[in-house]
Amino acid sequence: MSLLAAATLALFVAIVLLLIRLFSGPTLYDRVLAVNSIGTKIVVVLALVGFLMDRPDFADVALLYALINFVATIAILKFFRYRSFQISLVKPEGEKKRGAQ
Amino acid sequence: MIYVLGLATALVLLWLGMSGVFEPLVLGLGVVSVIIAIALAIRLDLKDRESSPYHRIFAFLLYTPYLIGEIVKANITVLKAIMSPELDIEPSLVKVKSTCRSDLAKVIFANSITLTPGTVTLRVDDDIMLVHGLYEADAQPEAFEEMDRRSSLAGDGPSTRKGKA
Amino acid sequence: MTEVLDTVIAAVLSEGWRHWVGSILCLIGAVSTVIAAVGVLRFPDFYTRLHAASVTDTLGALTLLAGMALLAPGIFIVIKMILIGLFLVLTGPTSAHAIANAAYTAGLEPLIGKFRDLKDEDEGESENG
Repeated sequence: MSLLAAATLALFVAIVLLLIRLFSGPTLYDRVLAVNSIGTKIVVVLALVGFLMDRPDFADVALLYALINFVATIAILKFFRYRSFQISLVKPEGEKKRGAQ
Repeated sequence: MIYVLGLATALVLLWLGMSGVFEPLVLGLGVVSVIIAIALAIRLDLKDRESSPYHRIFAFLLYTPYLIGEIVKANITVLKAIMSPELDIEPSLVKVKSTCRSDLAKVIFANSITLTPGTVTLRVDDDIMLVHGLYEADAQPEAFEEMDRRSSLAGDGPSTRKGKA
Repeated sequence: MTEVLDTVIAAVLSEGWRHWVGSILCLIGAVSTVIAAVGVLRFPDFYTRLHAASVTDTLGALTLLAGMALLAPGIFIVIKMILIGLFLVLTGPTSAHAIANAAYTAGLEPLIGKFRDLKDEDEGESENG
């Protein structure tokens, strides 16, 4: 059990290191990458905390967080590419050409 | 119809595995949820052969041990690159031509490239993939031939010459 | 010979090996996660940082989840750990490809060629594409 506590602490150290990258940038994509990576670690931390506190319900929370993290990453990227949530992603041909220049 | 049955089986197994409670009320709620999910899937036309590839699960299970081996090898390479006192990385962009025909095989191939650390797929144009690699030697097009062959075997099946999907 | 075989079989059948293998897997996962976070801080440009971050998604998170599944007391926790790992495997490369594709489409140029000195790094600065 103490090993799981040590693993949780190590994950917190990793999250702090990624927070430095999140605040120092330098581009938008570095920040999105840091947010996505922190989300993955939060999922694992939730599962670990569920183990440590003997409450297996936390695994459900971790499962949901994994899904929401993915959707949030895609939503952020879509918003900063099109500046809108309402553009359909199904017909990307013309948009891709315009964005590539 | 057989795809609806497969979806129903998967959903029932998912509900039972997630809840673990076998009381009548909870089971009834599960039946209602499964019916709503299947109705939504039928309304969205997600019941054809392409969107539920149950016939490929076994071939994909044969593909996973190779994928896990590749991931472990590539992880050790990247961890060494991070831990080395002097940065001696050599990033490069390469175009990889895939022989995969169906969309499923292309997805498996591109996701396998991205899942192994050290290589990321930047863009997919039909059957040419733009790959960014951490080391130039590891990211040559010849290095992906084995993975390409195996993922096309997992996604397309061994039968060749079916025309482009 | 048979005694050795008997002790091996007894070790496999007892609960002890699960504890040991699970602990070692958790340890590997935690250590590689921290190393990958150091790599995200240390690498010179966005695309190389992406490689370092994908280490955490595969080796770090998956070995930690596998270790927890081996340490789990009941079958339902094992099922949930497997499901979390499955979602991470499915969504991790997809979001990594989405970030890389968005950066490449927005014109962020990757550093190409042998990387020599940490000081003369010039990154293709294109804030919010």
